[in-house]
Amino acid sequence: MNIGFFIDALVTVVAVTTPILLAATGELVVEKSGVLNLGIEGMMLIGAITGFAVTFNYGPDLGDWAPWVGVIAAALAGAASSMLFAVLVLTLGSNQVATGLALTIFGIGLSSLIGAGYVGMTVQEFATPFPDWLGGDPVWKVLFGYSPLVYFALFMVFAVGWFLNRTRAGLVLRAVGENDISAHSIGYPVIPIRYAAIAFGGALAGIGGSYFSMVITPMWAEQMTAGRGWIALALVVFSGWRAGRLLAGAYFFGVLMTLELYAKASGFSFLPSQFWAAMPYIMAVVVLAVISARGVTGSEAPACLGRPFMPSS
Amino acid sequence: MALVTRRNFMKTAASGLALPALGRRALAAEPLKVGFVYLGAIGDFGWTWAHEKGRKALDAALKGQVVADYVENVKEDASAMPVMRDLAQQGHKLIFTTSFGYMDQTIAVGKQFPDVKWEHCTGFKRADNVGTYNSRFHQGRAVLGTIAGMMSKTGVIGYLGSFKIPEVVMGVNSFTLSAQAVNPKITTKLVMIDTWFDPAKEAASAQTLANLGCDFIATHTDSPAALQVCEKRKIYGFGQGADMSRFAPHAHLTAIEDIWGPYYISRAKAMLDGSWTADNAWWGLKEGTVVISPYNAAVPADVRAAADKIVAGWKDGSYDVFTGPISDQSGKERVTKGERMKDEEILVMDWYVKGVQS
Repeated sequence: MNIGFFIDALVTVVAVTTPILLAATGELVVEKSGVLNLGIEGMMLIGAITGFAVTFNYGPDLGDWAPWVGVIAAALAGAASSMLFAVLVLTLGSNQVATGLALTIFGIGLSSLIGAGYVGMTVQEFATPFPDWLGGDPVWKVLFGYSPLVYFALFMVFAVGWFLNRTRAGLVLRAVGENDISAHSIGYPVIPIRYAAIAFGGALAGIGGSYFSMVITPMWAEQMTAGRGWIALALVVFSGWRAGRLLAGAYFFGVLMTLELYAKASGFSFLPSQFWAAMPYIMAVVVLAVISARGVTGSEAPACLGRPFMPSS
Repeated sequence: MALVTRRNFMKTAASGLALPALGRRALAAEPLKVGFVYLGAIGDFGWTWAHEKGRKALDAALKGQVVADYVENVKEDASAMPVMRDLAQQGHKLIFTTSFGYMDQTIAVGKQFPDVKWEHCTGFKRADNVGTYNSRFHQGRAVLGTIAGMMSKTGVIGYLGSFKIPEVVMGVNSFTLSAQAVNPKITTKLVMIDTWFDPAKEAASAQTLANLGCDFIATHTDSPAALQVCEKRKIYGFGQGADMSRFAPHAHLTAIEDIWGPYYISRAKAMLDGSWTADNAWWGLKEGTVVISPYNAAVPADVRAAADKIVAGWKDGSYDVFTGPISDQSGKERVTKGERMKDEEILVMDWYVKGVQS
């Protein structure tokens, strides 16, 4: 076992973690504004097929720029699908849980429909932007060997943490999520702010989805996100709605999921494989129990989460 | 799914009125409705996709006599039962349930609909109106194992599995035994990922196996994800269920193709001429439900010849990978020298051969 072994393992962890981190960062902003969007899985799938289809169709014309355009298209598609949700829950006041679930089902169906013509196709992987002597080096790839989306995901977590805690706009967004009536009464536009937050969450979920179809496995397969949207959702709760813990939590999940594979491949069969598969969830329960028992400054759950806002005036 | 539109409702109603006059001839003209229950999406490019190709072959071969419908994305839990009941209630007389996890549900729903004929894929429980069918994938796995055994440099081969069920266990064993037959030092690292379809997890598992020194990865899950990893890591792999060479032009050496069409056509014909009985069909290379894809240019001539010999041996019955002596992981001898395992023994196999690391 040498340093290369750990570097290879870390590269696997990053691949497992990044899409969940992207989607969870978006959802964090949505929930901070007081809206619960359960449609992450659907938005991810719409992003996955859009990113793939755009890269596939325009690849020959755009050359190296194709995956960048694909990712931007995935973000726009994710945001557009989240607007369906936004209109229903914000303007028409429908139930957020039911509408979010509907968005997931809609996303699964729509992505399968669009994707039917792309089954069995592949695109060029959206690989590291660094030259091969850096990104392909057995040691330096630990820093430079990733898709641009990996750096983007890390940047977004810090940007969102800074935005929520250090900027006036972030304070207003949190105020809307904490007490929508008060925010409304002192003149903040609650509904437009929530629209913006939902669009941001949709865009990041779309980019997270495109990570599947353009980086991990550069192809389209129906329902290829295989439930990662739900893990992202759980991660937001797990993090206590804080960006720093979200990052730590995402990598914690990623390490556990990779550890499972290493344990199995190395023949640690004294534990049944189902135990390894359940491990991330067991750990999540343990950590949550510890946090709540010790009453750590912990959770910053927005008080208005999931409550419809229907001002009388 | 057949939709009830106003037009075909009128047609059905009209034929109902005409029925007494036309008598049996009208009944005979009514096509046989065949239903399929699928585990994944038809676009998975793997297991379900192969069954869907079989369904299409059936539809095309018996046009006018058979109408074949399907339901996709059916989970392997109690929720499969209402799907099966729906198909039966809609008049499907022959229903194929195409995954191991539907076994008990098929038996239970089969009891409720004794007039409907059921066929459960890869299972081992049967009833008067419930038959089982399977394909001898392990025959193909022996061909892949021979190729991997001859070409592997590290002697460590990864095997990406789904669940510890007989179909997968016999695949792992067949692959390992045939690889050891050409290179006794071969060990197989087995990773079971507890799902048939999760491209991201399949890719992460393949990366892990490559990180641990495997220079070949055999796949027993549904997506081409592992092959794409093989291509990137410059190691070799095999397609699962279909020729997946376009996903990995260099890494894809060959594939086991699942071809269900011939079986589905023969069973539908048996329904039409009334000769259907609950059977335990287990077709393979010889009958054409297992097909080996064309070899990659990277496979040397002597390896091709050895692989072709295995195929020919299965076809004429002179070769059987499960011929003793075979020891299990603990070194205990399970099959004595010269003895061939019986089908019943292979179908309930729950132990790995020596050299499998799990």
